[in-house]
Amino acid sequence: MSNQYHSEQKSSLTEILIDTEQNQQIRRSQLQLIFRRFQKNRLGCIGLLGVCIFILLSIGAPFFAPYDHVEQDYQRSYLPPQSIHFFDQDDRFHFVPFTYKYKKIMDPETFVFSYEEDTSKRFHLKFFTSGFSYKLMGLVPIKTHFLGVEAPGTIFLLGTDAHGRDLLSRILYGGRISLSVALLGALVTGIVGTTIGSISGYYSGIIDVLLQRLVELVQCFPQIALWMVLSVAFPSTWPPLYILYGIVGIFSLLSWPLLAREIRGKVLSYRNTEFVLAAEVMGVSTPVIIVRHIIPHVASHIVVALTIAIPSMILAESTLSFLGLGIRPPMVSWGRLLRDAQSLQTLNQHPWMMIPGGFIVLAVMAFNFLGDGLRDAIDPYSK
Amino acid sequence: MQQILKIEGLKTVFESDEGVVKAVDGINFDLKRGQILGVVGESGCGKTVTALSILQLIRPPKGKIVSGQITYYYPDGRRVEITSLKPNSKEMRKIRGKEISMIFQDPMMALNPVLSVGEQIMESLTLHHRISKTEAREKAIKILEQVGISAAGKRIDEYPHEFSGGMQQRVMIAIALCCAPSLVIADEPTTALDVTIEAQILDLIREEQKKNGLSVIMITHDLGVVSEITDTVIIMYAGQIVEHASTAEIINNPKHPYTKGLLQSRPQIGQKDQLVPIEGMVPNLTNLPEGCYFAPRCSQAEDICYQQSPPTFILSSDQSVKCWLYNE
Repeated sequence: MSNQYHSEQKSSLTEILIDTEQNQQIRRSQLQLIFRRFQKNRLGCIGLLGVCIFILLSIGAPFFAPYDHVEQDYQRSYLPPQSIHFFDQDDRFHFVPFTYKYKKIMDPETFVFSYEEDTSKRFHLKFFTSGFSYKLMGLVPIKTHFLGVEAPGTIFLLGTDAHGRDLLSRILYGGRISLSVALLGALVTGIVGTTIGSISGYYSGIIDVLLQRLVELVQCFPQIALWMVLSVAFPSTWPPLYILYGIVGIFSLLSWPLLAREIRGKVLSYRNTEFVLAAEVMGVSTPVIIVRHIIPHVASHIVVALTIAIPSMILAESTLSFLGLGIRPPMVSWGRLLRDAQSLQTLNQHPWMMIPGGFIVLAVMAFNFLGDGLRDAIDPYSK
Repeated sequence: MQQILKIEGLKTVFESDEGVVKAVDGINFDLKRGQILGVVGESGCGKTVTALSILQLIRPPKGKIVSGQITYYYPDGRRVEITSLKPNSKEMRKIRGKEISMIFQDPMMALNPVLSVGEQIMESLTLHHRISKTEAREKAIKILEQVGISAAGKRIDEYPHEFSGGMQQRVMIAIALCCAPSLVIADEPTTALDVTIEAQILDLIREEQKKNGLSVIMITHDLGVVSEITDTVIIMYAGQIVEHASTAEIINNPKHPYTKGLLQSRPQIGQKDQLVPIEGMVPNLTNLPEGCYFAPRCSQAEDICYQQSPPTFILSSDQSVKCWLYNE
């Protein structure tokens, strides 16, 4: 009996030894731990994948877009999404999918235009075709595109708008603007919110009172009304890029208070910890204490708050552009594209014009999933 | 012996909802270079506030030094009036860490969990000396070895939670000593540690004091620590110094009834009787009694004790006491 007990104890002892040995070999950093927790969250991973795809598509918009997004051709206005065929007229299977050219026809009685497939010639889809020229990474002039068909064949996967511009290309270019507005806005919000929040929380006293009243003041305004007033205030002579920065500014101006509040609370609680006092005792200056000793504790919180702020920025930009107050042509954004789908006529006759809305929904969902996943993964107390 | 610190009439108060709390109520003492001074008292008697006042780290707007002078003497003989400096000024920050530093009670709380041990030592080093990062790192490793951390070269990159309590306190001491200060305030440095580690830490502090002529203000409520390490002792009660004497006098020949009470309430080896606690409670600092603050708890209190606050009577060159019993 005692012997058995002895051996049991021994084995558990060796187990502990092995365990500690392994622990030393696989000492994980906090980042690795976060990554492991994140991997287990399926929705979060889907969100991350979606966000990556959106960012990739936006960066490579000219490469993925089959057509120049501003190229107009009234001979093909409101062309419905072109279908891709595998079987031809005689039901013969073709391994490489193809499209047909479209013929524009007019109903002699109602004068309504419609399009008809010209089945006489097949145009096979090709990867890495040459099309309009653009600059790779803004430097190297290049003509290669991801997907296309040989002229005079066309490939309008999502149809065209009133001016005959390819909707897919416009969505890709619009995504660039929509996402950069959101990301830039989140960045500025993060910087301003963190700075003001940590100053307010650290100095407390009169500075805190003043900053918090400012926060309340900004939060008092009805958001949409303020967006509209501010965006109308931009001079019409401004180039579209300035307008974009202006819009980023408006969004940041209105969204920093929320983050500042949260950061203030966190900093306030860390400010009275003994390690901050210890740093003060050693003669460390206040800005260094905030940046080096307190912000790292709050960093995970900031990351999550910003990831969750991005979708609301996307929506805000879309709202503003949808109302015609945001991005100005020739720039496009998803909201701007939806503006073309405002009429009842669109709903009835050109429903494909509403597709940009789907992209907004997908992007917002992807960022939300990512944000939720990150929040769960970063919080060390969640189990 | 050369003087290092002089405190005259220091008064520090905190505003609270119930009124003004006189945390430190007019204390005077001197500290000589190379001396270890014990500051003893119950919780809330103003020990830590005294320490933070010396470093001008009383948090406004609630806390304030209302009067008194704190003078610090540099090793080269220059002197600076700490109370005349602005708490956040450059001069004050140069004194903190470089001239006067502090060891905290709970190293777990006082070390920043997100920075490695090395980073925290190197921060102070690079702050007060013009040295490169590699030099600072080498120096930090040397200091860690000096305070008895083995494999310092490897452990310097570890985080506080990877150290045991005693090792954390050693790191804390390394941070406090890294800029070679002349005065270290140790705020109950061994309270969070067990007895064997306590002895090691006290040895370490004493060694530093002997080797580098360090002055130490040892804040504690443990009379064992006092008898082991200090040269002179201050007994504090309700923000005032009630007795100031050499350690030998305090232990063997206590004068103030409060000091006597403290010594009686301490267990001794071989003692069979029950411990004698001091009756009553510490007075509320917002609503102090008239006369001697200790009178309501004092068994030897007379009428005058309830009417008039006693002055400090100097009994000998190294003993003074704030009690009417010694009025000649």
